[in-house]
Amino acid sequence: MKVNIHLNKRVAVIGAGLTPFRRRLLETPQEIAWEAASKALDEAGLELKDIDCVVIGSAPDAFDGVNLKGEYLSHGSGGIRKPVSRVYVGGATGVMTAIAGWYHVASGLCQKVLAVAEEKMSPDRPHPQAIFRYIWDPILEKPLNPNLIWIFAMEMHRYMATYGIKKEEIALVSVKNKRNAVNNPYAQLGSNITVEDVLKSEVLVWPVQLLDVSPVSDGGAAIVLASEDVARRYTDTPVWVEGVGWTLDNTEWPARDLSYARYVEFAARMAYKMAGIERPNKEIDVAEPYDPFDYKELHHLEALQLAKRGEAPKLLKEGVFDIDGDIPSSPSGGLLGVGNPIAAAGLMKVISIYWQLKGTAGKMQVKRPVHTGVAQAWGDLMQAGTVIVLRN
Amino acid sequence: MVTPLKEEDLSKHYIISYKPNAKYAYTAGQAQSKYLLGLKEGKIYGRKCNKCGRIHVPPKMYCEECFRATDEWVEVKDEGIVMTVVASFISWTRAKLEEPEIVGVIRLLPSNNRDFVYPGIFHRICASYEQVKSMEIIGKRVKAVWKPKEERKGSIEDIQCFKVI
Repeated sequence: MKVNIHLNKRVAVIGAGLTPFRRRLLETPQEIAWEAASKALDEAGLELKDIDCVVIGSAPDAFDGVNLKGEYLSHGSGGIRKPVSRVYVGGATGVMTAIAGWYHVASGLCQKVLAVAEEKMSPDRPHPQAIFRYIWDPILEKPLNPNLIWIFAMEMHRYMATYGIKKEEIALVSVKNKRNAVNNPYAQLGSNITVEDVLKSEVLVWPVQLLDVSPVSDGGAAIVLASEDVARRYTDTPVWVEGVGWTLDNTEWPARDLSYARYVEFAARMAYKMAGIERPNKEIDVAEPYDPFDYKELHHLEALQLAKRGEAPKLLKEGVFDIDGDIPSSPSGGLLGVGNPIAAAGLMKVISIYWQLKGTAGKMQVKRPVHTGVAQAWGDLMQAGTVIVLRN
Repeated sequence: MVTPLKEEDLSKHYIISYKPNAKYAYTAGQAQSKYLLGLKEGKIYGRKCNKCGRIHVPPKMYCEECFRATDEWVEVKDEGIVMTVVASFISWTRAKLEEPEIVGVIRLLPSNNRDFVYPGIFHRICASYEQVKSMEIIGKRVKAVWKPKEERKGSIEDIQCFKVI
């Protein structure tokens, strides 16, 4: 794949803010966005008047039960009387929010950008699952009354069948991530569970069980991006955005093999090329692959070229992706541990890498020194892939 | 600081129920219309792109890879290989189901197992939960079980399910 991108400015992340991820927060979506955004400004040492442009990321409007989430969230996100844009590519939105913030700065349009992602899934009654009905093809798929978990279960089973992977091996992701989340003050579901617990949990859509899935959640996340001309005025430890990549595959998911995340591979290759990374498994020090389901982390580690096809479970078992392993994966606890307010969860992955590279991840900090990290998100009908590479 | 809701807050909460009187008249378009009419006849149609040779099922009037119009209608078999199959114990609202619904993806023929992209269909598969769990059904050859001709409506529901042969 050929990527010809002409950068005007190098871009740094200079601040980040997160709200705790919880089910049923009392605050409105705007208040959640405001809390994340103001924390990010505080960390960057900026005030809202210093911000040139605002980018907002949020998944379907229907989750929060309000219309036009970009406009709705704009004042909570500091976007009043500023150029504001909203991005939305399903689950891939969170990382896309950072990428969109990046291109506002990289193009030379803005010097300082506030990128905010928010999601509130708990207002839906009886369950946000009903909202997902509208992502299916109205004529060819919806008559079968599909549930969103169906497609993940189908992908997971295909992945298992293609490479001969067992549920026990996949459950280790859930065990690892929930364990990592114990150290994350923002996490909803940190706990020490065993493979046995996962295998005994309620069967939702075989092979997906309750503890294979990330929880429904509310939360907000925000970062401040600045061009290299000004970044060092505000921080001595800027973390540079070295590469970005994003792709969409077609909507005909029944007509392509689900065992491999082609859409993520394309996005990753674009980001690595920009960052000058030739051997990702040697050059990446820490990763935050998107893990709304446990098998998804393995699937994405392979598409991110951090493991060969079908070999991520083996490396996981050997401890390569543990917090003290060669390539710590989801040291934050990921979506399985921290929670999954969709767009905010994706940006949380970027923030996790940023804090790791800045060395301010606290109890989540991986033990050995880290210089290059990758965060990734994925969305919709096995379709959207977004990847960002950061370096300190 | 954001604050989580307590259980008693939830019972005090206002719940706004609202049923929008929204009805949609979706258009099936040129390709899908022919596909649906084909189902009524007990046939599965695809569109072939003569440049890349790909057969698109569900059919499309354009080939997204070559970005040109597809060239001809082809009939594919109502038989194929099970690529993946799952058993759902929850409904689309996440209500619990006693009996699982078995669905999956079938790679229709002609196609071969090296294809990353193939003519495919998402549908019900007539199989038991045990067959799904043991994974024995993945890779099996299946054939469509059609509804009786007079009951077919030109919908994806004209196929009841795919059954192992």
